[in-house]
Amino acid sequence: MELIISLLIAGFFGTGVYCLFQRSFIKLIAGLILIGQGANLLVFSVGGLMSLKPAFVGKEAPPMVADPLPQALVLTAIVISFGLIIFTISLLLKAQRELKSDDLNQLNTTDTL
Amino acid sequence: MNLLYLPIILPFVTAVACLEFTRWSKATPVIGTIGAVAQLIGAIYLLDEVLVKELIVGHTGGWAAPVGISFVADKLAVAMVVITAIISVVINLYGWAQLDSALIKKHYFALVHFLLMGVNGAFLTGDLFNLYVWFEVMLIASFVLMTIGGTKAQLEGGVKYLVINLVASVLFLCSVGLIYGKVGTLNMADISYHLRDSVDAHLVNSSGILLLIAFGIKAGLFPFFFWLPASYHTLTPTTLALFAGLLTKVGVYALLRTYTLIFESQFELIQPILIWIAGLTMAVGVMGAASHYNIKKILSFHIISQIGYIMMGIAIATPLAIAGAVFYTLHHIIVKTNLFLIDGMIAKHYGTSDLKKLGGLYKWSPIFALLFFIPAFSLGGIPPLSGFWAKLSLIQAGVEANHYFLVATAGVVGIFTLFSMTKIWAEAFWKKPDPETPKFKLPSLREMTPALILASLTLLIGLNGDALFEFSKSTSNQLLSPEAYVKAVLNK
Amino acid sequence: MTLISSSTRVIAPLLILLSLVILYRGHNLPGGGFIGGLTAAAAMMLITLNGVPSKFEKHWNNLSLVLIGSGLVTLFCSFLPSLMTGAAFMEAMWLPTVYLPILGKVKLGTPLIFDIGIYLAVIGFSIKCANVFHANSSSETDH
Repeated sequence: MELIISLLIAGFFGTGVYCLFQRSFIKLIAGLILIGQGANLLVFSVGGLMSLKPAFVGKEAPPMVADPLPQALVLTAIVISFGLIIFTISLLLKAQRELKSDDLNQLNTTDTL
Repeated sequence: MNLLYLPIILPFVTAVACLEFTRWSKATPVIGTIGAVAQLIGAIYLLDEVLVKELIVGHTGGWAAPVGISFVADKLAVAMVVITAIISVVINLYGWAQLDSALIKKHYFALVHFLLMGVNGAFLTGDLFNLYVWFEVMLIASFVLMTIGGTKAQLEGGVKYLVINLVASVLFLCSVGLIYGKVGTLNMADISYHLRDSVDAHLVNSSGILLLIAFGIKAGLFPFFFWLPASYHTLTPTTLALFAGLLTKVGVYALLRTYTLIFESQFELIQPILIWIAGLTMAVGVMGAASHYNIKKILSFHIISQIGYIMMGIAIATPLAIAGAVFYTLHHIIVKTNLFLIDGMIAKHYGTSDLKKLGGLYKWSPIFALLFFIPAFSLGGIPPLSGFWAKLSLIQAGVEANHYFLVATAGVVGIFTLFSMTKIWAEAFWKKPDPETPKFKLPSLREMTPALILASLTLLIGLNGDALFEFSKSTSNQLLSPEAYVKAVLNK
Repeated sequence: MTLISSSTRVIAPLLILLSLVILYRGHNLPGGGFIGGLTAAAAMMLITLNGVPSKFEKHWNNLSLVLIGSGLVTLFCSFLPSLMTGAAFMEAMWLPTVYLPILGKVKLGTPLIFDIGIYLAVIGFSIKCANVFHANSSSETDH
């Protein structure tokens, strides 16, 4: 299980970084989302992977419970990335309308040295 | 006890009040300023209490550390909170005098106060994940402030700023996760406590490097600084002054906290890297500044080289060096904000910050020239202004610790800093202007007040540097003996 | 379009009801302000997609601000009890549990107020975003 999750995290980061290096706005957004998910999965899995063990229990605790903290961290991170990604999309939409192009290479006028 | 949360609650309340008064947007600058003044008063009360008690710890929700999120005000945190409050007052006044009503209508002041809430939260928190949350609060507010004007250049700069900062956040989050996986706690004091006795503590350094990169991106360290000169010069003057003064310094604060508290036991391993980064950051920043002919760009590159100086203090890490870094940070926030405020007034009048198109400001308004002179040559390190004492203490610390290479770099960079400040002075103020250039009119007193406040603070620090330096020294002593911090937070 | 509009009429109120349930049970069970808020926001999205009724159109944009504003005020109100009584900041405080005929055990306290604040702010934020995207896409077709 750990191996699968690790490979999955690697896959998220790999494809995410690959997308970030592309020139289109859409791929930029996809890349940001993918590396964000990779990070979330990483944080989620550090608490130790336990199948079918809930973090929340009722009155009587079963012998093994999952660590609730990483789950809380991931939830917070998801909430934050929800806001950030929406803002990114709206910013890129605006930028795309202003530039009339979705090529990241067009964004080179502010760093002329 | 609840005084500790005031620097976070007050900006929040102010921001909400500004949002509620959207319909009467003319009232928001007034609310913002009142909120900022309240924030300053609260911060000074907190400072007063910390000076007596050394450390104040608050456990949010009544859950004791390391289970709950603790907030800690030590001398460094409270100094940063006070300086943030000063900048907050100044920026609110300046925005009130200078901003377009269109921007004010777009919730400008509410966003500024949300940003300040994030900044203060980052300074006061004692929990690594909570630090991440405050960074994000700060980032979201800063993204919106950055692109609020909606011009093409701002959108472009905004995209760069946003993407690099999102990547930094992801790295930060990964590092937090990995640290939790390895140490089993996220309370900074608790991490420090666990690492101190552990034989395997060096295994955490992979996460430490991720943190270094994440904070390095935020602080604008070499080689992660490219976003800063590519985006800052597109901003509205008020926003620019706020960002230039505070945002990179939050990254610096986080680094200072990381290497004096969390990874205190691992510092020797990381020190060579920090020394190289400090030297290169200084050198690259000042070279960029020397090669530019636009006030905004010169000053943006100067942020980078000044961050290099502060990093030099952090890297050397003797008591004197840390004291120098703290002193430098406090001085730098004031001076940098002030320079951008003054540039904002020039840019508002002429519509440009290009040195080739400016000239004759000294002839037209000697008072304004004097106002520029104080922060500019304080940054350049002319005695007896504040920058001189800051640089002197860092160089002295470097000599004492035998880091001659770093000292030589700092000296050369200092000369170049002075050179590029002289360039602005010579071109914009002394040069004979083009006959077509319109006459410069002294801005109204309302617009100048913020710059005057900061200039008098610079003078005050310069002429009375001992008091602040004593404070920096005691801060540094506190930072370098984290046992008291750990003990106060964990109660053991 | 008719499919969406007729289904919206049924689904949107149900979603809002569901979101309230999720909001309420959130303290000790999966759920809470954010998830409830997102569920309600989904209902709002459906309404936006369907075209806001013309008599609300003028207020739709203001609605998001009102929701965000009131959500933040509610958040602040949830801090007040702990600030007033001198307990630790954000310490949870509960009213005595009461038993009502249909609802059963009812437990009210500051965490619930906090959740309500989040709930309102999330709905407001989502509507705001939907409005921004809507304005963007409609002005694109205008060109």
